[in-house]
Amino acid sequence: MSSKLLGERIKRKEDPRLIQGRSHYVDDIQLCGMLYLAFVRSPHAHAEIKAIHSEAAQKMPGVLAVYTGADLEGRLGLIPCAAGMEGLKVPPHPCLALRRVRYVGEPVAVVVASGRYQAVDAAAQVEVDYEPLPAITDLDKAVSSDSPVIHESLGDNIAFVAKLEGGDWKAVESDASLKVIRQRLVNQRLAPLSMETRGVVASYSPGEDTLTVWSSTQIPHLLKTQLAVMTGMDEARVRVIAPEVGGAFGSKLNVYAEEGVACFVSRQFGKPVKWIESRRENLMATIHGRDQIDDLEIYFRPDGKVMGLKCHILANLGAYHQLLTPAIPTLTALMILGCYNIPAVFVETKGVFTNTMSTDAYRGAGRPEATYIIERVMDMVARELNLDPVEVRLKNFPPPGKDIVLATGVSYDTANYQKTLKKVLTLSGYKKLRREQARLRKKGKYLGIGLSTYVEICAMGPSSRMPAGGWESGTVRVEPTGKVTVLSGTSPHGQGEETSFAQIVAEELGVPYDDVTVYHGDTNQVPMGIGTFGSRTTAVGGTAIYHAAQRIKKKMARLAAVKLGAKPSELVFRDGKIETEDGSKSVKFGEVVGEAYFAKQLPPGLAPGLVENYVFEPPNYTYPFGAHVAVVEIDNETGEVNLRNYFAVDDCGRILNPMLVDGQIHGGLAQGIGQALWEEHVYDENGQLLTGTLMDCAAPRAHQFCWFETANTETRTPVNPLGVKGVGEAGTIGSTPAIVNAVMDALRPLGVRHIDMPLKPEKIWQVLRGGSPQVV
Amino acid sequence: MKIRVKINGVTREDDVEPRLLLVHYLRELAGLTGTHIGCETSICGACTVLMNGAAVKSCTVLAVQADGSEITTIEGLSGRNGQLHPLQQGFWEEHGLQCGYCTPGMILAAHQLLSRNPHPSRAEIRKALEGNLCRCTGYQHIVKAVEWAAEKVRAQAEHA
Ligand code: FES
Ligand code: FES
Repeated sequence: MSSKLLGERIKRKEDPRLIQGRSHYVDDIQLCGMLYLAFVRSPHAHAEIKAIHSEAAQKMPGVLAVYTGADLEGRLGLIPCAAGMEGLKVPPHPCLALRRVRYVGEPVAVVVASGRYQAVDAAAQVEVDYEPLPAITDLDKAVSSDSPVIHESLGDNIAFVAKLEGGDWKAVESDASLKVIRQRLVNQRLAPLSMETRGVVASYSPGEDTLTVWSSTQIPHLLKTQLAVMTGMDEARVRVIAPEVGGAFGSKLNVYAEEGVACFVSRQFGKPVKWIESRRENLMATIHGRDQIDDLEIYFRPDGKVMGLKCHILANLGAYHQLLTPAIPTLTALMILGCYNIPAVFVETKGVFTNTMSTDAYRGAGRPEATYIIERVMDMVARELNLDPVEVRLKNFPPPGKDIVLATGVSYDTANYQKTLKKVLTLSGYKKLRREQARLRKKGKYLGIGLSTYVEICAMGPSSRMPAGGWESGTVRVEPTGKVTVLSGTSPHGQGEETSFAQIVAEELGVPYDDVTVYHGDTNQVPMGIGTFGSRTTAVGGTAIYHAAQRIKKKMARLAAVKLGAKPSELVFRDGKIETEDGSKSVKFGEVVGEAYFAKQLPPGLAPGLVENYVFEPPNYTYPFGAHVAVVEIDNETGEVNLRNYFAVDDCGRILNPMLVDGQIHGGLAQGIGQALWEEHVYDENGQLLTGTLMDCAAPRAHQFCWFETANTETRTPVNPLGVKGVGEAGTIGSTPAIVNAVMDALRPLGVRHIDMPLKPEKIWQVLRGGSPQVV
Repeated sequence: MKIRVKINGVTREDDVEPRLLLVHYLRELAGLTGTHIGCETSICGACTVLMNGAAVKSCTVLAVQADGSEITTIEGLSGRNGQLHPLQQGFWEEHGLQCGYCTPGMILAAHQLLSRNPHPSRAEIRKALEGNLCRCTGYQHIVKAVEWAAEKVRAQAEHA
């Protein structure tokens, strides 16, 4: 029997197969006669390729071929970039390097062998003669006029300059009563680190002339189109399947060289081909996140009201554009004012090429950078004026419930920032914490309390503002037996939408939750869709499914109405029946299904069958928000930051399944806190990757976190009928500044305004001992 | 080299390359793909299996080193009639997984903990899972899953 499902904590449909090890990730797919690939990668950040010697490798056991960039030229298309902006420079990006390499790990050649170990052995025997060139990794140097140029044909290393300006700057600059803070913030590079690395199986059948590709991807449909273009195949003959995907966090929202090469090789041999990324490769050659330098000027009144914000952003794009590389930092500019009504804004964003792996979408994608900026701004202003950070935030919030257009031109959907803030202050016992802090300070102990009141942009998004379409498709098919199949164009990979989509459909159709099965990720099974990213899957994809379910209901109600002698509008779907509100006229759901398929007495104009597709085009983004409080203690001896408490109040609109929402928040918090305290992905000045293992880039572990106390408010969005906003990235976006604010709050007695992330013990230790180049 | 290994109660004999990793042996020769690979360098714990009851990272054990041993993988954890192990159930109940990639390793690492310490504190659970990375969950729900399982195991023991 169906009960109320939406809003309930329902266990996941995905889990039984996963907890028993019975699911299939890419590497679990084994096909007959499979060949294996291993890539030869550049050890240099910048070099001319003089010669490639593959003769020895070719002679090794099991080796079938070695291909280089020259072999692929004109036979396999370039890696695409979907971001289009005025004046954007787009360097050619071949799947295997041609003549020059521009980052460590860039693929130079590929070995095809009949065994996995054989391919790797042979790749080690391919010798490449390089002539090293000066490497550029420093952003300030890369933009200077005397810097070596990474793509000579483009003239300089600046891929684009974008400006966003709003408000009356003359008034701000001529107001002598305003105070000014100037500060540089560095938002360090991170590795997304999904636990499953990337991987692809490509299988070309010469007889059928079809190409089937299993890839660990967030965007099977977009990938299918791009692989058809790259290989020159008829798109109708290409099928992409995203099998079980072991995490992605934006890093698999892309089209990668290895996917193209696997398809090429499979077509050459007419055999299935597998490539599985090693963790080392994953750290070198899967996109990275963040990496910005933000130079700020903050203009504010003595009462804490911020009147103007200027920011010059240097965004490190890496050596080439991947799918969305240049678009990511533009989201920072868009969201830079956060949830504050600051009347004047000026942002100049420079996208800069360097000899590093491309940056692209990593959980939050441009918005964590914005939130970090504006939330640090609020705290720096509070510190300068000796005000409580809560007070400064309240002073700058727009009034609740009022629609305002910010100086950036952005207008948010429904919000109540005061409410989430108040709730987190109560949850955390904020006033008590402040008293405790005062007591401890007298004893020379450093307790820090950090706040972040964020707003983010998600449910991406209206197609008019997305690079490659922002709509989503959903299909509901009631099978002749009455079981229900749901098809989504999204491609979840851990978020749990097989569960939440089933909740939506079961509730709408009044059928048991167990009768609903959700499929996604196979382009031959599911109508064209966009994918899973930008916290869009439930808000956009779920809405498409909701509408498809409405169409099914409309049709079934018409059929039932004839049977019952009632009006379709009088009928409700519940408990496996279609009936009048009072239950006096009732027919079984299955009976009406039978009617639709046997089609003996269909009302005029009604086609047989019960399958409906709906494509939802969202009228706007949604803007989830929240308030977080972090409490940290600093170890005076070691400089270590101990995370004592974390409180998060998030508002992601209506909650369909609180367990899934909590899961998303928790995972997000771990990544955001990880950036603040431990994680960084570092190149040295020669472009060598210093953090080449999971150990070095400091992926956080269980014992490093405190207990998270989470709560929600629910402000429904009017942007979709479900009222959901999205929650995939909120935790990451909100938490990083809360932690840094907490640490800076702890160190306040030392007169330090800012330390760049990650706030590792060695930096804090320096400050505790009275100085550091980092101290401003 | 010839090896003889009992995997999830079934003995098999194979002739393997001396350098073959246990994880590849399990996945590719025994066809048990529930054991995952996240790093091949003993850092992530995704490949954790039980070898003679102790949790080992199967990416840093050679198949030949497993000769004569008993291995339990995630596929061998459920009961005969398909009944879930309390740890599997706990992960399901408490949302201890998202993408599921780290999950088999987490469950087997937790298995070792519970066999040594039936009453672990939250801190002890976190400590025991130090060698297992999860990028999705933020760990707290994993801690709750292990607590759930510990309680269930205790209840079962009392009942027996
Ligand atoms: S794969 Fe064995 S520890 Fe990572
Ligand atoms: S559930 Fe995805 S890594 Fe743990």
